[in-house]
Amino acid sequence: MRYLPKSDAERLEMLAACGLTSSDQLFSQIPAEALLARPLKLDPGISEYEIADYFKALSARTAAGYASFLGAGVYNHYRPVVIDTIVSRGEFLTSYTPYQSEISQGTLAAIFEFQTMVCQLTGMDVANASMYDASTAVPEAAMMAIRVTGRHGILVARSVHPEYREVQELYAKNQGLPIREFGYDSETGGIDLADLEAQISNETACVIIQSPNFFGIIEDVKKAAEIAHAHGALLVVVFSEAVSLGLLEPPRDADIVAGELQSFAISPSYGGPYAGIIAAKEKFIRQLPGRLVGQTLDSRGERAFCLTLATREQHIRREKATSNICTNQALIALMATIFMELYGKAGLRELATQNLAKAHYLGSRLNRRFSGPYFNEFVATPGSGTVDAINEGLLEKKIIGGLALDRYYPELAGSALLCATEMSRRADMDALALAFAPSKEVIA
Amino acid sequence: MINKVKQHPTQNEGLIFEIGSPGKVGHQLPPLDVPEVDPAEALGAANVRTEIAGFPEVSEVEVIRHFTRLSTWNYAIDLGMYPLGSCTMKYNPRINEAVARYEGLAWAHPYQPESLSQGAMEVVAKLEEALCEITGLDAVTLQPAAGAHGELTGILLIRAALEARGNPRKTILVPDSAHGTNPATAGIAGYAVRNIKSNDQGMIDLEELARNVDSDVAALMVTNPNTLGVFEENIVAAAEILHSKGAMVYMDGANMNALVGITRPGDFGVDVMHINLHKTFSTPHGGGGPGGGPVAVKKHLEPFLPVPRLQRLRDAWRWNYDLPESIGRVRAFYGNFGVLVRALAYILAHGGPGLRNATIDAVMNANYIRHKLAPYFDLPYKRPNMHEVVFSDDVQSAKGVRTGDMAKRLIDYGFHPYTVSFPLIVHGALMIEPTETESKREIDQFIEAMISIAKEVEDDPGLVTSAPHSTRTSKVDEVTAARKPVVRWKG
Repeated sequence: MRYLPKSDAERLEMLAACGLTSSDQLFSQIPAEALLARPLKLDPGISEYEIADYFKALSARTAAGYASFLGAGVYNHYRPVVIDTIVSRGEFLTSYTPYQSEISQGTLAAIFEFQTMVCQLTGMDVANASMYDASTAVPEAAMMAIRVTGRHGILVARSVHPEYREVQELYAKNQGLPIREFGYDSETGGIDLADLEAQISNETACVIIQSPNFFGIIEDVKKAAEIAHAHGALLVVVFSEAVSLGLLEPPRDADIVAGELQSFAISPSYGGPYAGIIAAKEKFIRQLPGRLVGQTLDSRGERAFCLTLATREQHIRREKATSNICTNQALIALMATIFMELYGKAGLRELATQNLAKAHYLGSRLNRRFSGPYFNEFVATPGSGTVDAINEGLLEKKIIGGLALDRYYPELAGSALLCATEMSRRADMDALALAFAPSKEVIA
Repeated sequence: MINKVKQHPTQNEGLIFEIGSPGKVGHQLPPLDVPEVDPAEALGAANVRTEIAGFPEVSEVEVIRHFTRLSTWNYAIDLGMYPLGSCTMKYNPRINEAVARYEGLAWAHPYQPESLSQGAMEVVAKLEEALCEITGLDAVTLQPAAGAHGELTGILLIRAALEARGNPRKTILVPDSAHGTNPATAGIAGYAVRNIKSNDQGMIDLEELARNVDSDVAALMVTNPNTLGVFEENIVAAAEILHSKGAMVYMDGANMNALVGITRPGDFGVDVMHINLHKTFSTPHGGGGPGGGPVAVKKHLEPFLPVPRLQRLRDAWRWNYDLPESIGRVRAFYGNFGVLVRALAYILAHGGPGLRNATIDAVMNANYIRHKLAPYFDLPYKRPNMHEVVFSDDVQSAKGVRTGDMAKRLIDYGFHPYTVSFPLIVHGALMIEPTETESKREIDQFIEAMISIAKEVEDDPGLVTSAPHSTRTSKVDEVTAARKPVVRWKG
């Protein structure tokens, strides 16, 4: 077998060195009743050529070649070729977690840059080396807030991504943490400040909002922070569309930011792997979950990097750790790191501005459901017909329409969440606008 | 005598923030095909940021050089053996990288219509099926993002099942040899942790276990083979003790590379386990992730698996969200799909007989190392080992040399260190896992290096305690890093 670098003669020689004559003897300590007495019921191994063929066939049975207006936490952005050139280098791809700093400085320096840029983007002081994704970063942020405040209540905006909320609910339920949701303003699509005021109490550890929120609306982070802080709670701000941070004022008033970097050169890949982030104010550094890279000196006095503050982590602290996370998303975070450096200060702003222009071109041609300011996503209601029927029709034009919202928000049944990015072509947007059949004046 | 490596110059490189200058760009966008929009007008001036202070400003060629230079500062599997015990650092086949990038898979949006996702869903179905057969369990969820996330999912399944019987119970038992994630997971799942002492052979002590299993115990979290690399010979009896008291057995599958095709957890009493795709099934570690932590369960836990689950309806796959007993959602979407593609490609490459052969080679390699190094290093536990072997620094510490020192010296010989000071039940542990993808030549060089270091400890211990000597970065001051944390560039 091509992955097993030994000849049969070498195997016999090695077994002999162990005082054995057959490989079965390697397993003689396993009780007979536990041994598998038959071969695994899996087909015999196949060649590289056959593997390629197999996956080519599967790849053809998907949406390759379709234009898409889906967003909802996963965005179509162009991936520069340089990204894969770099992450395919074996030194990044096939290295382990950088515990041995002397021979891991490449990975460590890259993570240090990642942490720095996440701070620059979010307006926070410290950021960790990555989380699995935003959906799992959110409950980790909530647990941080609970440790910091010594309180237990969690208040989540209903305009946070529904799947993030489901994950948060699972974590909270199993730790016996009271969790409640507060509403959104049916006019603007932003958080309902009055409902937040009504539900927050001195038991609330944190208020969790998303901006831009699930509907694409930019939230009033400052107001939310004022209300949270007035009651001694922390504000957690979540984001799923990282490109928005190229243009939007960062959530500086948040205490903790939890987000998703999928937009930064990470392919949609049917839902993962992505790269989540957690960033926070400096004073919460010892409550951060997961790995953290710090700067120090080597014995020759030269700058060096290493994993640090490990006393927060499971391999040292065991059941008292800040989180059980061990493996994170390092290679995927590296993709985002390369992306941020390639686009840079001017490029990211230009990219965000293009997204804004495309989405507003499309948004201005549809009946938007909410009036609040939006970045590259918005909720729209068709002039006539159901979202499902419109989407069916669009598929014939090789266009995937918006996400029908009935499953997540029964009150928004009949509306769809649509996203346009720099990848959206004008002709496809025009076709979509036509299918949504809004009032004639908008089309004109 | 060091003959595996020779020193050669590596490039110096600053942080990206130090090498740019204002106005440089690394990427160009096509012209807009729609009218421009004024951000302040569209969003409100207060919502628009001025600039991203400090953000990089470099060109494309500088980005390539930057990361290529950094990459040469790393050790990697592609450079040589990576004998990290518990981590299963095996070769990462490149075809897996290629197929995961096929457009229809890499660009599949999780919310695109199911009718246009059948190829991606087939990957999920095939991998679930293969993992059921490999583990001897009845159902699998592929959603957990990594091992620790799989542990959490598994323990929540146990909690849900016990709750359905009327009482979730309070305690999880964890052997003193366990990975740190086990007790951390139990804590996050809302359980108290009780440590169980191993017997003098490093295995579960059945009497100690029986004493500790009462009606408050929800489960035992056990790693098999355990972190000493020893197969838990009493596992069937241990499972019976748990089951007789209404408790369950959770298996940490970190060491599954020792079992595939030889024995199946489902056949020796395990109720639920996680699998590390980034260990046993060869998906790359990538400097710390991503991973994949599928969870496999016996039939009685299947109703509690997280939403959504794949279902065959007529002749198509669909996602089923209507699972009233499910614990709920453990992450957004369907798991680290790209990692699942790679793991399936690996399983297809080996096939059933090939996977068994891989296990045999992995166990043989570890035993070969054990026999060759036993004359030089203390072997605290003498039971036969599976895919890894754990020595202690008992002999060398008499000369003032600890396991961590020898690990650093190994770097000078051109190898990544073994796992240091773990498991905790071995004082000064050297935990060595070669995996199956090392040639005899590479393993012999490793053995020679270890023997040479053992001799250096006798002749010149200072040479070892001051190692590494050949790296571009010398010994790193981790104490200062933790005392005064600097975790971002500040100019």
